[in-house]
Amino acid sequence: MSADPAAAPPSAVPAVSTSDRGLTPEHGLRLLHEMLRIRRFEEKCAELYSAGKIRGFLHLYIGEEAVAVGAMRALQPDDAVVATYREHGHALARGISMDRIMAEMYGKQEGCSRGRGGSMHVFDAHTRLYGGNAIVGGGLPIAVGLALADKLRHRPHVTACFFGDGAVAEGEFHESLNLAALWTLPVVFLCENNLYAMGTRLERAQSQTDLATKARSYRIPADPVDGMDVRAVEEAARRAVDAVRLGDGPIFLDLRTYRFRAHSMFDAELYRDKSEVEQWKQRDPIATLTTTLKDRGLATDELLAALEVAVSDEIDQAVQYAEDGAWEPVDDLLKDVYTPAEPRRGGPGGAA
Amino acid sequence: MGTTTYREAIRAALREALVKDARVFLMGEDVGKYGGSYAVSKGLLDEFGPERIRDTPLSESTFVGAGIGAALGGMRPIVEVMTVNFSLLALDQIVNNAATIRHMSGGQFSIPLVIRMATGAGRQLAAQHAHSLEGWYAHIPGIRIVTPATLEDARGMLWTALQDPDPVLLFEHQTLYNMEGTLADDAGPVDLDRAAVRRAGTDVTLITYGATLYKTLQAASTLAAEGTDAEVIDLRTLRPLDMTTILESVRKTHRAVVVDEGWKSGSLSAEIVARIVEQAFYDLDAPPARVCTAEVPIPYPKHLEDAALPQPPAIAVAARELVTRRV
Repeated sequence: MSADPAAAPPSAVPAVSTSDRGLTPEHGLRLLHEMLRIRRFEEKCAELYSAGKIRGFLHLYIGEEAVAVGAMRALQPDDAVVATYREHGHALARGISMDRIMAEMYGKQEGCSRGRGGSMHVFDAHTRLYGGNAIVGGGLPIAVGLALADKLRHRPHVTACFFGDGAVAEGEFHESLNLAALWTLPVVFLCENNLYAMGTRLERAQSQTDLATKARSYRIPADPVDGMDVRAVEEAARRAVDAVRLGDGPIFLDLRTYRFRAHSMFDAELYRDKSEVEQWKQRDPIATLTTTLKDRGLATDELLAALEVAVSDEIDQAVQYAEDGAWEPVDDLLKDVYTPAEPRRGGPGGAA
Repeated sequence: MGTTTYREAIRAALREALVKDARVFLMGEDVGKYGGSYAVSKGLLDEFGPERIRDTPLSESTFVGAGIGAALGGMRPIVEVMTVNFSLLALDQIVNNAATIRHMSGGQFSIPLVIRMATGAGRQLAAQHAHSLEGWYAHIPGIRIVTPATLEDARGMLWTALQDPDPVLLFEHQTLYNMEGTLADDAGPVDLDRAAVRRAGTDVTLITYGATLYKTLQAASTLAAEGTDAEVIDLRTLRPLDMTTILESVRKTHRAVVVDEGWKSGSLSAEIVARIVEQAFYDLDAPPARVCTAEVPIPYPKHLEDAALPQPPAIAVAARELVTRRV
C-alpha cells in the first residue's frame, strides 16, 4: 500500500463520526434492510448474469451500499437524483420497486425504462431519477441543469448528483462544479470514491488525490466522509442537503468507499491485490452495522434472520415478476425516439 | 412590410419567445453583456435581465448539458453555441444524452431544448471556425436539425422549435446574419416539416439549404438565361428529410443536383442521392450529381476558401451536364 492519504486504510479517514449517538432499533434496522436489499439483489443479479438472464454490462455496487442508502435518506421525494451506470443501489434506495428494476435488468417492458436501458440506464420519472448515465462525468452537467431549473422556478428542491472518482478526471466535472458554484445552484455532488476508475487507481490518474481539495478550489465546501459507515454518510448527506436547500450553493462530499466485486462481469482484477480487497471487507458496511446493532442489543439474531428472509422473498418475487414480464413488441422498435405528436403524460420534464 | 436583417429576425424571434413563455431563457458564451458573438442577442440582457439572458463560462459541454437538465426540469432553454466547431466540445451531451434519453428511459422524459449555433464558411475564418457539420448531426436519431435560410425562417423557426418536445438544433449560416430584406409585419412561426420550393422549374432539381440557397438561385438564373429551367429546393429541415417534396420534384424534372457546403464523403448529400436512387431510380434521366465543399479543411486565403466551397458556376456546370446528357 502506498503512503498516499487516499490509499490509507479506511480507518484513517477523518470521517464524520456518528457511531455512538441516538441509534434507534427502527432506524438501524431500516438502514440495514436497505443495504441488505441492495447486496442480495446484486448477488442474485450476478447469478442471473451467469445464467444468461441478464446481459450487456453489469456493474455491481457490492461494498458501496452505505453510500446510496445513507445519502438517499437525506433527500425529499421531490428532489432529483442523477446517478451512474452502477446505479441499482441508488434506484432501490430511492424507492423504485425491486420488481421493476429486476424487469429492467432482464430487458422486459415492465422494467422501469421499459427494458430499453438495462442495467446501466435505470430511469424513473416518479422518483425523479434521471439515470443511469453510462458516460463517465456525463451526468454532472444534467444535474447542474436540473438544479438551475429548480432555482429559476423557485422550487425548494435539491439535485443529488452521484459519480465516481473516475469522473473527477473528466472536463465535465470541473466545468460543472465551476458552473454550479458560480450560479449558486442547489446540487450536492456525491463522489463515490472507490479508489479505482475501472482498473486505474486514484494516484495513477490524479495529481491531487485529495478530491475535496479540487472541489474547494471552486469555492465549494467539501468534506471527506467514511463511505463504509452508513450512519456517517447519512449524517453528512443530511447536513449537506439541508445546507444546499437553504440556497447557499453546492456542496461536495468525498465518500470513501470500496467496490468488493470486479468492475464489471468481464474484469479479471489484475490491477489490485486480493489482500487489499480482504482488508476493505473488514469494514463491510453491512457487517459493521449488524455488529453495532447486536452489540447494543438493538437487534436479535431472530430479527436479523427474519430480515434476510424478507429480503430473500422480495428478490424471489422480483425475479418471478421479471420472468413473467413481456418482451416489447418489435413493432415498437422506433417508439419514443421522438415524442409522439400527442404527448403522453410524462415525467416532470418536457412531456408535461 | 419592414426592412430587416437575418440577425434582427432571429433577435425578434428570441424576444418573442422570452415574452411569450416564462420558461424560456437563453444561455451561452457572451450572449449577455457582449451582446452575442454575432450580435444576435444584443440588447436582450437589458430587456430581460441576467436570470434569463445568461452568460456562461467557456464550458460547452456543461452549458449544453445544463440545457438538457433544465429542459428535463420543465424549462424551455435556448442554448447558443458560438459555432458548430465549438459544439464538438458538447458532442457527448448532444449525442449521448439529448438524443438518447427519451428512448433510453422508455419514453418517460422528453427534452424540449433548442440549441442554436453558427455554421459555414465564407468569412476567411480558417479551419476551426468555418466548417459545416450540420449534416453530421443529421445522422443522429432523436434530434431534429433545422437550417433557416430566409428571413421568414430566421424569424419563424425558433418558436416552432421551442414547441417541439424533443431537442432541436438550429444552424444559422454565418454569412447570412447581415442579409437584408423585407419581412411582413405579422411574420411569425413557420412549420419545420416541409422543404420549400424556392424556384419552380421543370428541367432539373437543385437541392440545397442554408446560405448555399442563394448561390444555387444564382446558378438557376444563369441556367434560365440559357433556356434551362431549374427547380430549387430549400430543405429547411435536415432531419427528418422531407423526401416527399424532393421526390415530387425529381419525378417532374428527372434530374437532381445536391448542393451542400458539407464534404461529400459520408455526408448528407450522399444520403439524399442514395434516397433518390432508392426511391426514384426509374424516374431519373441522368445519374444524380453533387456540388460540395472540396475535401480539405477550410483554408484561410480568400481565393482558396472560394475554391473550396460550392460556387454558382460549378452548380451551373453540374446542372448543365445533366440536362445535356442524353440517355
